[in-house]
Amino acid sequence: MTQMSVPWRERGPARHNVFARLIVAIATGIYRIAAPIVRTIPGLLLIAAIVVSCLLAWAFFGLFHTVGDITASSSNTSAVSVLGMPLTVAEIYDYAQSMHWALPRLSAYVLWAAQSELLRDIIALIGILILFNVIPVYAIWWERKVAGRIQSRLGPMRAGRWHGWAQSFADGVKLIIKEDLVPGGADRPLFRIAAYLAFAPSFLAFLALPIGTYWVFRNIDVALLFVLAMLGIEVVGVIVGGWSSNNKWSVYGAMREACQMVSYEIPMTTVLLVPIMAAGTLNLSVIGDLQRGGWHTWYAFHSPFTFVAFVTYFICSLASCKRAPFDLPEAESELVAGFHTEYSGFRWAMFFFAEYCAMFVVSALAVTLFLGAWHSPIPGTWRFGGGTLWEEALNGLLFSGPFWFLLKCVFFLYVQIWLRWTLPRIRIDQVLYACVQVLFPIALITLVGHALWMLLFPAGSLVFTIVNVILSIIGAGFLLVAIGIGLYGFIHRRRLVGYLVVDPLRGA
Amino acid sequence: MRTAVILGICVIVLATAAMAFAQPVPAEQLQVTEQAAPQQPWSQALEAIFFYVISAAVLLSALGICISRNIVRMAVYLFFTLGGVAALYFLLLANFIAVIQLIVYAGGTLILLIFGVMLTSKSPWARFDVKKKEMIAAGIVCAVFAAVLLAVITTATWPVQSQPEVHAVSVANFGMELLTTYLVPFEAVSVLLLAVMIGAAYLARQE
Repeated sequence: MTQMSVPWRERGPARHNVFARLIVAIATGIYRIAAPIVRTIPGLLLIAAIVVSCLLAWAFFGLFHTVGDITASSSNTSAVSVLGMPLTVAEIYDYAQSMHWALPRLSAYVLWAAQSELLRDIIALIGILILFNVIPVYAIWWERKVAGRIQSRLGPMRAGRWHGWAQSFADGVKLIIKEDLVPGGADRPLFRIAAYLAFAPSFLAFLALPIGTYWVFRNIDVALLFVLAMLGIEVVGVIVGGWSSNNKWSVYGAMREACQMVSYEIPMTTVLLVPIMAAGTLNLSVIGDLQRGGWHTWYAFHSPFTFVAFVTYFICSLASCKRAPFDLPEAESELVAGFHTEYSGFRWAMFFFAEYCAMFVVSALAVTLFLGAWHSPIPGTWRFGGGTLWEEALNGLLFSGPFWFLLKCVFFLYVQIWLRWTLPRIRIDQVLYACVQVLFPIALITLVGHALWMLLFPAGSLVFTIVNVILSIIGAGFLLVAIGIGLYGFIHRRRLVGYLVVDPLRGA
Repeated sequence: MRTAVILGICVIVLATAAMAFAQPVPAEQLQVTEQAAPQQPWSQALEAIFFYVISAAVLLSALGICISRNIVRMAVYLFFTLGGVAALYFLLLANFIAVIQLIVYAGGTLILLIFGVMLTSKSPWARFDVKKKEMIAAGIVCAVFAAVLLAVITTATWPVQSQPEVHAVSVANFGMELLTTYLVPFEAVSVLLLAVMIGAAYLARQE
């Protein structure tokens, strides 16, 4: 049998490296363990997962808090050991016995390990890495489900049975074992490095994001600028990827991205100056902490200008992470797939990781700067002080920082998805018109307006309080109307989706 | 149904008003104690390792800018140089200048540079060909500059402290200085930027 000659270079069968095999093994392993459980008790498992993560968060917080207490109470803080662990096991054991803990011996060993800075950093990095992986995987699944419902279909339903929960796992495995193609005419090293250039900054942005009081990897004084810098750098990866593909569509996508990003950074940064002006700091932890007294103290409700600033920021953030209606860089009806037309396999997935994590980061910025960061809508002073287990549990649920922070971020992630599937894409000239002639003047007006507002009606004056109350009620009204519409849609989902598709699939 | 909605709205309004009057906007700040990490025996070694690794990356990518002939590759090398310098600033606890370096140079100027190449170049393999005359002129300028730098570095006396004290300049102080002591230079630079912007708008205007 003679071999047909083909115009492209012959390659042997695809070989996968150890890393790819490992990830595939992990993904399929998780699926094999989780699938039977999810199939039988999906709802219960979701609740259990939330409760367990809340408990874990609480346990870690308690652990590090206790370490701080012991270090403060112990006398020899100046002693330096090789591993950065100033306290010995015996000292912690004495402390545990003096506090009448149930398991002094065990807790002494755990606390001894926890005082190492290096170990804490490693734990925090692993936590961020898990968050960084879970967000895109489930945001993509969620996006496909929401898209399906909005277009009167079901979205993924088969993988893993329960609403296709394992769809992203399956996609991930597929993308890893796909061949990593580099076009013949492409600038090979740049093409390969561009995916990492887009991927790394969106991970780095997480290092400065606080998700609770003291819950931050590095509490730097310019945290907000750091996150903005990382969002700005991410574009370099997209542009280099588009350029090095040596493809008309990719270059057009990259050019649109560059043009859009550089112009939308201006109104976005200007509008972010409004809450910074109110807080007087660039440190995200401090900005979050200043909004701790209930939902009316959130910066979005301080004055009409901050309210407008919040909406303006949200629109600009859509443009900065190339979501519809500003998704011109990857406009699939004009440019095939824009800047990532030539990418396949895992490099393509990396662009998506970067995009969904950037979506999360801009939502997190919106939440931190305008909507009370990690604080629950109820003032923190209203927590139960009894100290029984039930009261502590209720406190944990109502005032847990990471829980509320993630809840708010996921809500705005949902709003971004929702807007993408309901709004048409606008033209490039309209994008630039909206930036320069609409959003930028609005941003300048809010900046000057809020400065005057702070001078005329300082916090605590009657006008400030009345406007604050009215704005908080409007904000709560928006949220309740959104939830109400969602509930209406959920109750009438059979009427909206239709019988033909629903009937053969259980659980739809 | 309607009464329930009205009742709900009333409850929210009353609750918000009560909360707002009972619980004023917090004014006092969370005290972020900038406690320096205790000096570990290995932390200085780690710092030295990071310094040399990052410096090597900066120098190599700077060399890459000079050697490479492909303009977009040069831009990517420049990106690594700028990022590496920002990393060195971070290592020196100069967070503000590091972040500004990333925003202004890596996130702004560099993107405009690549954008310019995309708009003007005819092929993706845009070459940057240097004539012999230019090479000689550039060589002379570089040699003179290097000689001056070397002379300064070798002859100047550097105040070296064995245990350097860390005085991280806070952003608040920086902003205060900029708007009080150095207000005139700051405004002069702003006027310069305005002039540049008006000039660009004039050039871009359709006839």
